[in-house]
Amino acid sequence: MTATRGRAFVFGDDVDTDALAPGAWIKFGVEEIARHCLEALDPSFAARVRPGDVVVAGRNFGAGSSREQAAAALRHLGVAAVVARSFAGIFHRNAINLGLPVLECERADAVRAGDALAVDIAGACVELPERGLVLACTPVPDHLKAILDAGGLLPWLERRIAAQRNPNPP
Amino acid sequence: MIVPTPHPDRTVSPASPQTLAQKLVARAAGRGRVTPGEIVTCRVDLAMMHDSGGPRRVGPMLERLGAKPWDPSRVVVVTDHYVPVHDEESRRIVAVARDFAAQHSVRALHDGIGICHVVLPEQGHLRPGMFVVGGDSHSPTGGAFGCYAFGVGATEMLGVLVTGEIWLKVPHTVRIRWDGRFGPGVSAKDAMLRLCGALGMDGGGYHAVEYCGEAVEALSMRERMTMANMTAELGGQAGLFAPDATTRAWLGEAGVHEVDVETWRSDPSAAVLAEHRFDASSLAPQVAAPHSPANAAPVDVHAGTPLTAAYLGACTGAKLDDLRMAASILRGRRCAEGLRLMVAPASRRDETIAREEGTLGALLEAGAELLPTACGACAGYGAHRFGDDDVVIASTARNFRGRMGAPGSRVYLASPYTVAASAVAGTIADPREFL
Ligand code: SF4
Repeated sequence: MTATRGRAFVFGDDVDTDALAPGAWIKFGVEEIARHCLEALDPSFAARVRPGDVVVAGRNFGAGSSREQAAAALRHLGVAAVVARSFAGIFHRNAINLGLPVLECERADAVRAGDALAVDIAGACVELPERGLVLACTPVPDHLKAILDAGGLLPWLERRIAAQRNPNPP
Repeated sequence: MIVPTPHPDRTVSPASPQTLAQKLVARAAGRGRVTPGEIVTCRVDLAMMHDSGGPRRVGPMLERLGAKPWDPSRVVVVTDHYVPVHDEESRRIVAVARDFAAQHSVRALHDGIGICHVVLPEQGHLRPGMFVVGGDSHSPTGGAFGCYAFGVGATEMLGVLVTGEIWLKVPHTVRIRWDGRFGPGVSAKDAMLRLCGALGMDGGGYHAVEYCGEAVEALSMRERMTMANMTAELGGQAGLFAPDATTRAWLGEAGVHEVDVETWRSDPSAAVLAEHRFDASSLAPQVAAPHSPANAAPVDVHAGTPLTAAYLGACTGAKLDDLRMAASILRGRRCAEGLRLMVAPASRRDETIAREEGTLGALLEAGAELLPTACGACAGYGAHRFGDDDVVIASTARNFRGRMGAPGSRVYLASPYTVAASAVAGTIADPREFL
């Protein structure tokens, strides 16, 4: 898992799944949902975020519903990773399953909006080069790293099924 | 009725003390014992999907893999989020759910008969000891029946359907003990709002939350379901109750017999991460202010707040017991002028019983408007959404900004008693003054 670089979009505690993927748009595809991602907290987020940027938040990011569009919308917008002091359990699983890197960082509150940052999943740290800071994160367990490396659970399953069908590749 | 039996090849070793959560996970993992924190692979006894997060999202991925559900007799599909259909998209979403069930020989399709978490036990799908994965965050509701039940997203559900298995970090147990008895006009919903207020929306730490104590043991099954359900708002993975005679009697009525009430309880000396004690007898009715269940406070803090609407709905707050609580306040009274009271019963069966015994009549005579049995306004997916000027009191589980309608709408959470009392007063009111 290589490091990603981008700008920080900073949010507070308990960012919920209705904010990430608002109910009124859930019946539509992810493009439509992504346009409204986080608009209740920052109306210009979807328009301003660029591929490679990073969402940084406080405690319990992704609280609420099991709708994985919450993670899919962030991925669709090109968000490279979410760094938070803690994650809601279902969101955390969904993010990994959709190939969206998530890192738990006790010192996430040190990051300011617009900070340039490099997120290193394998090394479990976040670097803020312009501020000379390196924030340690909780290492991602190996079984989850394997899913992230595959690009998510669907490609991971695809490989597993292919391997079962053809156990001795030439 | 389809009653999947727990996988037979598992036995739980009685050797060392284990929590209920450990025993349930150990059984599903095919192990004698498990230790909190270790990663295990569990075999799934039952996988539940609803119309929104289920077939329409899982189906195309299954197709891409060229795979089929590992065991269609362990799969349940419920339509509840987008029924009754009201536009092109909802019609398509519900049709996809029906087609999926037919295509994959899933016999347990419960189509428009109620909200998934209420339908599961009603239709005899749950029994103590089972390991249940649901495609919805309120799946912990099944913990009321001594099942390890938790919610997952659609891609995770795909993994379950393909393999019949799921990974789990063995949870610690956070024990919640309610001493004494709840007073008149105070219910399981108040207890959960109090817990959200006291411990926060991540107070459960994605561990197993175990409910016990005199007040909990005295609760009906539907009240236990309300507590297990709102474990989601506490951030627990599962919300567990040790099954007892109350469980056995309720499941017997649902056609599930041979209910084991001996095995599925924590050993007295099992280690837990934390134990929180609360006094039921001194608990006041609770109200959670917008926009978080954790904004809970005793009702008098918010009493007098003017309302435009009151909503009795959801798997959390519109089961038979909830409707009865509301009727006990509304019988012989009228809703305040200008306030809209809506009732969306949680299941057809509960609605039928409520109609036959006069509970529903009491609500309607008070001026309530009957909405179809479904998720209704709870998730804000359907035709009923609140406007920017609405101030609502609801018996639902969560009041995140914009969830039930426009971003400007303000939703207060409370028990069915408090929702009913507030509907009469036109402002947030203490139900104990109406009993
Ligand atoms: S009633 Fe509300 S909380 Fe319950 S399953 Fe439906 S949307 Fe979710």
